Amino acid sequence: MKMTLASLAVVGIFSSANTLAADIDVTITNATKNIYFTPLLVAAHNESVSLFQAGEAASPEIEAMAEGGNISGLSSLATNAGAVVAEDPAGGILDPGQQATASLNTGNADRLTITAMLLPTNDGFVGLDSWAIPSAPGTYTISLNGYDAGTEANDELATSMPNPPFISFGSGGSGVETTVTNSKVHIHPGNLGDSDPSGGLSDINSATYRWLNPVAIVTVTVK
Amino acid sequence: MKYRLLVIAASAGLLAGCPIEDDEVQEPVTAGYTVSVNNLTPNQPLSPLAILAHNDQYSMFQIGQSASNSLEVMAEGGDNSNLLAESTNDGNVGYSFSGTGVILPGTSDSVSFTIDSSVAQQLSVASMLVNTNDGFVGETQLDIGSLAVGESLTMNMAVWDAGTEANDESAVSIPGPAAGGEGYNSIRDDNDRVSFHAGVISQDDGLAGSALDATHRFLNPGARLTITRTE
Repeated sequence: MKMTLASLAVVGIFSSANTLAADIDVTITNATKNIYFTPLLVAAHNESVSLFQAGEAASPEIEAMAEGGNISGLSSLATNAGAVVAEDPAGGILDPGQQATASLNTGNADRLTITAMLLPTNDGFVGLDSWAIPSAPGTYTISLNGYDAGTEANDELATSMPNPPFISFGSGGSGVETTVTNSKVHIHPGNLGDSDPSGGLSDINSATYRWLNPVAIVTVTVK
Repeated sequence: MKYRLLVIAASAGLLAGCPIEDDEVQEPVTAGYTVSVNNLTPNQPLSPLAILAHNDQYSMFQIGQSASNSLEVMAEGGDNSNLLAESTNDGNVGYSFSGTGVILPGTSDSVSFTIDSSVAQQLSVASMLVNTNDGFVGETQLDIGSLAVGESLTMNMAVWDAGTEANDESAVSIPGPAAGGEGYNSIRDDNDRVSFHAGVISQDDGLAGSALDATHRFLNPGARLTITRTE
């Protein structure tokens, strides 16, 4: 299923009314060579909430984020579960080598989740799942992997992926995969690509759009 | 001259962290460390280590930023001499130490040294994957000043791309035993920023003109780093 990229307004930061609040800055760096991140969702929540988990099936909201970059459903889901949410701290696409910072007043939330779709992929996303936010003030650095939502076969065809102007697609590929081999959220195997712009298996170039995990570096500053 | 720069840097650090003015220089504190790097790749020899001990004003590289010329020289050709010279050329770098030689896959190298920890509280370590265009393992701004004697810091080292040479994998551009080509070249014909390496493709996986085969591919981590405080 092809979905267009949602254009999202920056809605800032919602904070819950809790007197035991902690202020944190979350800086996300796209550390890939040439993979783009769609608008990021940064959510602080409690232990009972999980937006995604490796080994579990993706929710429709995760699917919408991972296949089309649309975080509106995921943001509502998180907010309704009591999470403190920062939508789109990068103000749109986070380019390779760039960083964005979300500042959150976490209230009594002590877990951190981050998601954004990886472009170009079918249903790949950079993810942090319920990382325990330390209570001690300091700066903490973590590496984030690229996950596969398990909701769409990785055929790597231009007709199956968002087509933003900054991604160069070939055409005429026969499709890398035809079926989903693991329907649960799992570690993404990376793009295959090929060297044939008008044929081959894939519509993306192997020298341009491969990556290895990890894909992002996040620093969390607990104040 | 170098010592004077270090003293100024140390004083500035002291002032920044303390509201009371104090122009006394910190007393020397002897600290000993052993740094070990284990090559976890299938077929990527690692060039001799470059190890720098420095204060918090130095960073060997930054993600998304242009690589220094010293880093480029190491990442493209495996030559650590310019990085080692930063202890002479950069007042924030107090010490530099070279590895003992090439680290073959499945082997490790260890370097032991003693430093004045009032001068250097952080460590940077780097080494080239020699069967690549400009791939390297590296960690920078590691806090070693807070390690207690006997304590160790162990981490996996991801492979970075210096972004200074196009990853064409050609025989003329890869200096390692897979090709025997050129090392450092001052031309920058890639994206000119440090990022995680996207991996090598190889001839076996369809990259025409690649001097590499499937054995030269790698996944992260490429190496494991252990720093132990011994004194």
